[in-house]
Amino acid sequence: MADTTIIAGDTPVPARRRKVVSRRRRKVQDALIAYSFIAPNFLGFAVFTLGPILFAFVLAFMHWDGSNDMTFAGLDNFWRLFEDKAFKDAFWNTIIYTVVSVPATLACALGLAILLNQKILGRDFFRTAMFFPYVASLVAVAVVWNMIFNPEMGPVNMILYTLGLDPKNMPGWAADRHWAMVTVILFGVWKSMGYFMVIYLAGLQGINSELYEAADLDGANAWQKFLYVTVPQLGPTTFFVTVMLTIQSFKVFDQIYMITQGGPGTSTLVLVYHIYNEAFISWDLGYSSMIALVLFFLVLAVTVVQFRRQKED
Amino acid sequence: MRIAGQKLTGKLAAIYATVIIITIVMLLPFAWMLSASLKLSSEVFVFPIEWIPSNPQWSNYVDIWTKIPLALFIYNTSKLTIIVTLLQLFTSSFAAYAFAKLHFPYKNALFLGYIATIAMPWQVYMVPQFLLMREFGLNNTHLALICLQAFTAFGVFLMRQFYMSIPTELCEAARIDGMNEYQIWAKIMLPLSKPALSTLTIFTFVTTWNDFLGPMIYLTKTELKTIQIGLRMFISQYSAEYGLIMAASVVALIPVLIVFLSLQRFFVEGVASSGIKG
Repeated sequence: MADTTIIAGDTPVPARRRKVVSRRRRKVQDALIAYSFIAPNFLGFAVFTLGPILFAFVLAFMHWDGSNDMTFAGLDNFWRLFEDKAFKDAFWNTIIYTVVSVPATLACALGLAILLNQKILGRDFFRTAMFFPYVASLVAVAVVWNMIFNPEMGPVNMILYTLGLDPKNMPGWAADRHWAMVTVILFGVWKSMGYFMVIYLAGLQGINSELYEAADLDGANAWQKFLYVTVPQLGPTTFFVTVMLTIQSFKVFDQIYMITQGGPGTSTLVLVYHIYNEAFISWDLGYSSMIALVLFFLVLAVTVVQFRRQKED
Repeated sequence: MRIAGQKLTGKLAAIYATVIIITIVMLLPFAWMLSASLKLSSEVFVFPIEWIPSNPQWSNYVDIWTKIPLALFIYNTSKLTIIVTLLQLFTSSFAAYAFAKLHFPYKNALFLGYIATIAMPWQVYMVPQFLLMREFGLNNTHLALICLQAFTAFGVFLMRQFYMSIPTELCEAARIDGMNEYQIWAKIMLPLSKPALSTLTIFTFVTTWNDFLGPMIYLTKTELKTIQIGLRMFISQYSAEYGLIMAASVVALIPVLIVFLSLQRFFVEGVASSGIKG
């Protein structure tokens, strides 16, 4: 503030103007402090997230192998999507994975939550046990999964054999194009249902117990209470879980890479796997970005539905 | 008979039976892993399953440390996880304070940048991000993975939501007492935001520790690998050494198990609150 009076020299600045100047300075100073708070995160975020996102949209309309010059491709990559059989398989496999695993995980999570919302001994232990697969390292559990479901020697098929299933009709699990997707979905459900169970438990605890009392008075049985109190009251939770699960399923990759490598053939090839192959195996970076845009629009569609719904509430 | 103060009715017995069966099924893969880790490779697939090996091969747990640099992989993963988590906590809570409690030009526009990308899957921009890192010469460095994971929209968003619930009067009172903004953040906001910080810690820890695709793209040198891709490399090199693979898998699970069991209360609360807010 001292320099304003020095600049003013022998013609003293009126008190009011001095106040305005110092208020403006104050504002600049405040803004600088605020920016200093934001800068460490925002700079990293802008360079490593925002930048690549913008680049992704440009790259989708380019031809580039990562070493030679980049050339403009127009809509080439887009039209190629329709001719690429692997893309078609990857797209539909992603949809199938989503359509099967989302309701399956949801139903298991809800069932578990209702079961573990009862007052039973060792409840915390059971909840922890259900949740653990979610945090367990994927590579470690996927390799066990492969061994347990090994078609020739694994315990699952051994049990089926002792139960009298004909060895000729034995599912080949990850090695069988009809069963590979089932194997991967089972793994996904097993790994993530505990996580969504916790969300459902929170939802269940938010239900007003008077509603159940009222239902009791009306003579409702357990099934009716579930259908007419629990399910509608859990509506927002179910919606949230569905959105999260759907987005998660669109992005599935790790477990497929570990269990089936997208095969046999293209029977478990999914969008992210195709993006990965096109980018890091074929080095067709433009086309890989175009597939990534398809993934982006799938997720965007789900997000838009979510926003609409939230606005309604 | 009474259990947990309730009379053991048919219904209760059915609930116990169901819960116990489901728990066994959920944990069976882990039990099988543990049992197989103490067997010779030739015994792993013997059926009927011998759950407790009669001749436990403790040497499996000795051999894995020399067959692959498992200790180095664990060190690399721990290093990455700790750095990423600390950076994430610091930069997110720092930025979130400004977004929640300070006024400055373009505040909404900047925040929109975060919001717009929160639902954007990393897989959509992983390829351009890789090309950018390569341009910076960060391919095959741990720094690439740190840059990739330390500055997330999720972290800023989570912390901001929490700070919004802290009364602004608290900050104003501190300002009158002569504290500057940095002191308010350090002495008032941070201590109050322990629940949000622990949620963020756990989420970041688990994501970084278990990350697979990121390290797979960036780290091709063995000495840089993390436990996930190191284990994956081991599996492809010694694909028939079932006993050893299982022992290495058990070792890879232990750190997560310890962190999870000691912090599970925060974990469950964090997950539950994410559901309520959504």
